[in-house]
Amino acid sequence: MIEVKDIHKTFGDNEVLKGISAKFSPGKNNLIIGGSGSGKTTLLKCIVGLHAPTKGEVFFDDQNFTEMDFTQRVPIRTEIGMLFQNSALFDSMTVEENIMFPLNLFTQQSKAEKLDRANFCLQRVNLEGKNKLYPSELSGGMKKRVGIARAISMQPKYLFVDEPNSGLDPKTSILIDELINELTQEYKITTVIVTHDMNSVMGIGDHIVFLHNGQKWWEGTNHEIAKTDNKELNEFVFASKFMQAAKDKL
Amino acid sequence: MFTSLGRYILLLQLSFRKPEKFKVYWAEVMREMVSVGIGSLGIISIISLFIGAATTIQVAFQLSSPLVPRSIAGSIARDSTILEFSPTISSLVLAGRVGSSIASQIGTMRVTEQIDALEIMGVNAPGYLIAPKIIAGITMVPLLVIASITLGITGGWLACVLSGDVSPSDYIAGVQGDFNGLTVRVALVKAAVFGFIIASICAYQGFYTSGGALEVGQSATKGVVYSCVMILFADLVITRLML
Repeated sequence: MIEVKDIHKTFGDNEVLKGISAKFSPGKNNLIIGGSGSGKTTLLKCIVGLHAPTKGEVFFDDQNFTEMDFTQRVPIRTEIGMLFQNSALFDSMTVEENIMFPLNLFTQQSKAEKLDRANFCLQRVNLEGKNKLYPSELSGGMKKRVGIARAISMQPKYLFVDEPNSGLDPKTSILIDELINELTQEYKITTVIVTHDMNSVMGIGDHIVFLHNGQKWWEGTNHEIAKTDNKELNEFVFASKFMQAAKDKL
Repeated sequence: MFTSLGRYILLLQLSFRKPEKFKVYWAEVMREMVSVGIGSLGIISIISLFIGAATTIQVAFQLSSPLVPRSIAGSIARDSTILEFSPTISSLVLAGRVGSSIASQIGTMRVTEQIDALEIMGVNAPGYLIAPKIIAGITMVPLLVIASITLGITGGWLACVLSGDVSPSDYIAGVQGDFNGLTVRVALVKAAVFGFIIASICAYQGFYTSGGALEVGQSATKGVVYSCVMILFADLVITRLML
């Protein structure tokens, strides 16, 4: 389980996060949603240690991640997988080398074992046989799937996903969501997803944290979201006429 | 300025932390050595041949007195090539070729979150990205300078053969006479220091890039400009200290 306690983050005079506390459970899709500039990506970066919180703490299974130095964090980091908004695949490496990269650095596996693992991960994301392609030869959806394959190569306990649907067509978006959901359920991963895609919210939002102006404004499930009377959340989720019509039918 | 200097020193400190796996880092060092060394050999060869030839012709023109032996052209061209032209001019060219490549490569990795991806995995990103480039710079620039010296002197000989301003035998006599080994040691020290300057300054500029494509370009430009200025400054200091 991941727990964040009273997280504050300030850039200059701009306080982006104003005391956020939340718990993210294993085996669930934990979604952080909110409008642009609400602080969701900053919160994600504070959790994974890319930003140091100005105040507050982050716990990974009761271990205080915020207080650890670089070396102490390494064992936890090897249990973290992350899919970035633009996939962040290493341009100079093939698909296979991207997936094997963390295995090369942090395991004592033989080359054959690492190759087996890479093939398994590629098969898991339906990209068998794409081993030798470079990221520049892949479509946006394929890059996301390779990003997921790399994220799961070390069998992570925690999976972080930043805007998994950005730049993808609706069908591919749903496939990516389903894939993340399957992996979360299958391996009992603690998955934290930052998104503002309503299909993801309604489809896989087991636990949703809504941020507004750097604060936690609402928390609940995708079933509860339709019934809420929270004004800001309603304005965010049901901004489109289509979503409003869908809500009215419920 | 002091903030930048502090960040630069801290980044260098992080770059030389114990690697997660030596084998992976070693492969990266080899890759960078090939990129810096073999990749730059062509341009270094061309400029060295031309500079050697031009220097010899100019020295022959300036010393066209019957009181000065013709072989002196070879001697002056040799010492100028070894002490100044090969290490300094080659390094300025390398700052453009290798330095801009280092800054833009690392800068692009920064803005496309590839460096974040390394850090999330638990990889010491400065160590993995910067240390191999610095090691390649320190080792390969001296080798390139040795090649440059050889080709520069050869260029001078070719100029003698083709122009006839100095006879090739006078030139060779000048090159061989009164040779002082210290000049080569100075050139190699300069080359190693310049290699370090190019790799570390450009890597620093790339590593702290923020923004997008425009900022990556600006980082590469800054990296090259600062490297060139520091090369010239270090050139003066080393020359003063060693000669």
